[in-house]
Amino acid sequence: MPVDIYLNVIVGGVLTGLVYGLMALGLSVIFGVMRVVNFAHGEMMTIAMYIAVALFSTFHLDPLVMLVPIAAVLFAFGYVLQAGLINNFITRPEYSQFLLLIAIAIIIVNTLLILFGPDSQNVQVSYAYDSFQLGPLIVDATKLHAGLTAVMVAVGLFAFFRLTRLGTAIRACADNYTGALVVGLDVKQLYALTFGIGAACVGAAGCMLLLIFDVTPSIGPAYTLLAFVIVIIGGMGSMPGAIVGGVLIGLTEAIAGLLFTPSAKSMFVFAILVLVLLARPQGILRSA
Amino acid sequence: MIGRLTEGIRPRTLIILAALLAFFIVAPLFASDYLLTMLILIFYFAYTGQSWNIMMGFAGQLSLGHALYVGLGAYAAAALFVHFGMAPWLGLAVAVPISAAAGAFIGFLAFRFRVAGVYFAVLTIAVAEFTRIGFDHLQWTGASAGLFLPVAQYAHNDLWTLRGHPAMFYYVLLAATAFAFIACRAMLQSRMGYFWLAIREDEEAARSAGIDTFRYKMLAVVISAAMTSFAGVIYAFYYNNLFPEQVFNISQSILIILAPMVGGLGTLFGPILGAFVIETVAEAMRTLLQWFGVDLPGTNQLFFGVVLLFVVLAVPEGVWPWLSKRMGLMEREP
Repeated sequence: MPVDIYLNVIVGGVLTGLVYGLMALGLSVIFGVMRVVNFAHGEMMTIAMYIAVALFSTFHLDPLVMLVPIAAVLFAFGYVLQAGLINNFITRPEYSQFLLLIAIAIIIVNTLLILFGPDSQNVQVSYAYDSFQLGPLIVDATKLHAGLTAVMVAVGLFAFFRLTRLGTAIRACADNYTGALVVGLDVKQLYALTFGIGAACVGAAGCMLLLIFDVTPSIGPAYTLLAFVIVIIGGMGSMPGAIVGGVLIGLTEAIAGLLFTPSAKSMFVFAILVLVLLARPQGILRSA
Repeated sequence: MIGRLTEGIRPRTLIILAALLAFFIVAPLFASDYLLTMLILIFYFAYTGQSWNIMMGFAGQLSLGHALYVGLGAYAAAALFVHFGMAPWLGLAVAVPISAAAGAFIGFLAFRFRVAGVYFAVLTIAVAEFTRIGFDHLQWTGASAGLFLPVAQYAHNDLWTLRGHPAMFYYVLLAATAFAFIACRAMLQSRMGYFWLAIREDEEAARSAGIDTFRYKMLAVVISAAMTSFAGVIYAFYYNNLFPEQVFNISQSILIILAPMVGGLGTLFGPILGAFVIETVAEAMRTLLQWFGVDLPGTNQLFFGVVLLFVVLAVPEGVWPWLSKRMGLMEREP
């Protein structure tokens, strides 16, 4: 096979991986701050994807244009979920939180199934088949838009956590729960905000991913698992780790799909997970 | 032995248990086909739930990939039957070691390298998914097109090859559930059981008290995997068809977990009671929706999710601890 095919696949894999990274970033932020594992993460993303599908099919609104309002809806969803339900479960054992989120995931999947039916849906944007050519390199317009948007959102999020008072306050809750209470932070409120931010992240990622993949109601658990694998590879709670992990997984999927059969690409993803768990259980970007 | 097994259980509980067992032994005589199918599912989930409970409820290791052991057991026994005509009870001798080895593999990787908690849970899902995709491409077992067993003749029951009427599967699963219940009780009262509980409560403390935590966690995962594998064999011969997409699916793993979690994690009655509660609720929903003429895919599952949410919020410890307190059936603390 000529080299430029590899190059194209690698670039495509990296761009998709950036979107995966943003999806995982949401999970990582939620886990990093609250130590709650969001087992309904992929399902929350399918909510965003279906909103985008509905907006596109009725008003012809581009998912990337609608990214901000959709992320806002997901933010509200996440906020209410944390404030209304999950905050009461913060001190409960892990398996109890797990059961709660599984229940939420089942409700989401089947609500979407009732509303939108079992068939897979997608959006056909006007630039769906466009591509840019850079020398031997051909890049899909959809992937390029999606990947670049993911980078912008991720950079915005880094800036928020590093530069704003609110972001610093949330990091304080993550570092020291009691300490945060002592200095007078409203921890429950900040938790709800954090879950909202995580949900907004995955909502934004959903809008971008819709340009690349179809959506069905039952696809949620697979994305939840993928987000987990990425977060563990990058390091639980590490924000740059989520992006690096996402790119690594995007690349792995793309190369495995090219060299073997696309249906077996996930096997390589899980193989990488096992290797990372064995060699660096704390993740690539975290010190032990 | 019997004395030790019943130690600390109130006579009232024993009488209820004996009455329940007698009831379930005669149940197929008057149960309709519909009810029998439901009871088969209930005991299937009671048994797999009991097996899973050994790992999470006793030893505190959260496995979210138990479909792996069901699937390996199902495929091993079914493939041997289809290709070599080997009876399932002989196939069991191959299926159980395969699942136990898979459990040992996961356990060894995880416990040697200190992969615990959520990481361990994701490792179990990942291995199950890896295997699912592997079986999707394994031609010997029909790959993703599925593996089919010759369909049973209901004229006579052949227990040796597990070909026959659903009532036969019912009794096999009832016996398995009773066996698992007694075995779990015996294990809990053994040295191993106490070590498991110690590990579950505080692994560091258990290790400093001199417990070989690696060894006992390995025992938990291997025993649990081996027991779950038997359910897989029954699954294969009951349904007569196997698809990697179904048997190894995450949702199968979650179904296995629900019964003990709803019933009461770490309790002996929890998985059985939980299986009853879940199946009854699911069936009631289905009937109710049919009654109202609602025929949308997903409605049933949606209500199921809502009920689950309610259980988590209202009885977080599980139904059995809540019920036993009210009925005065509480065991003495061991």
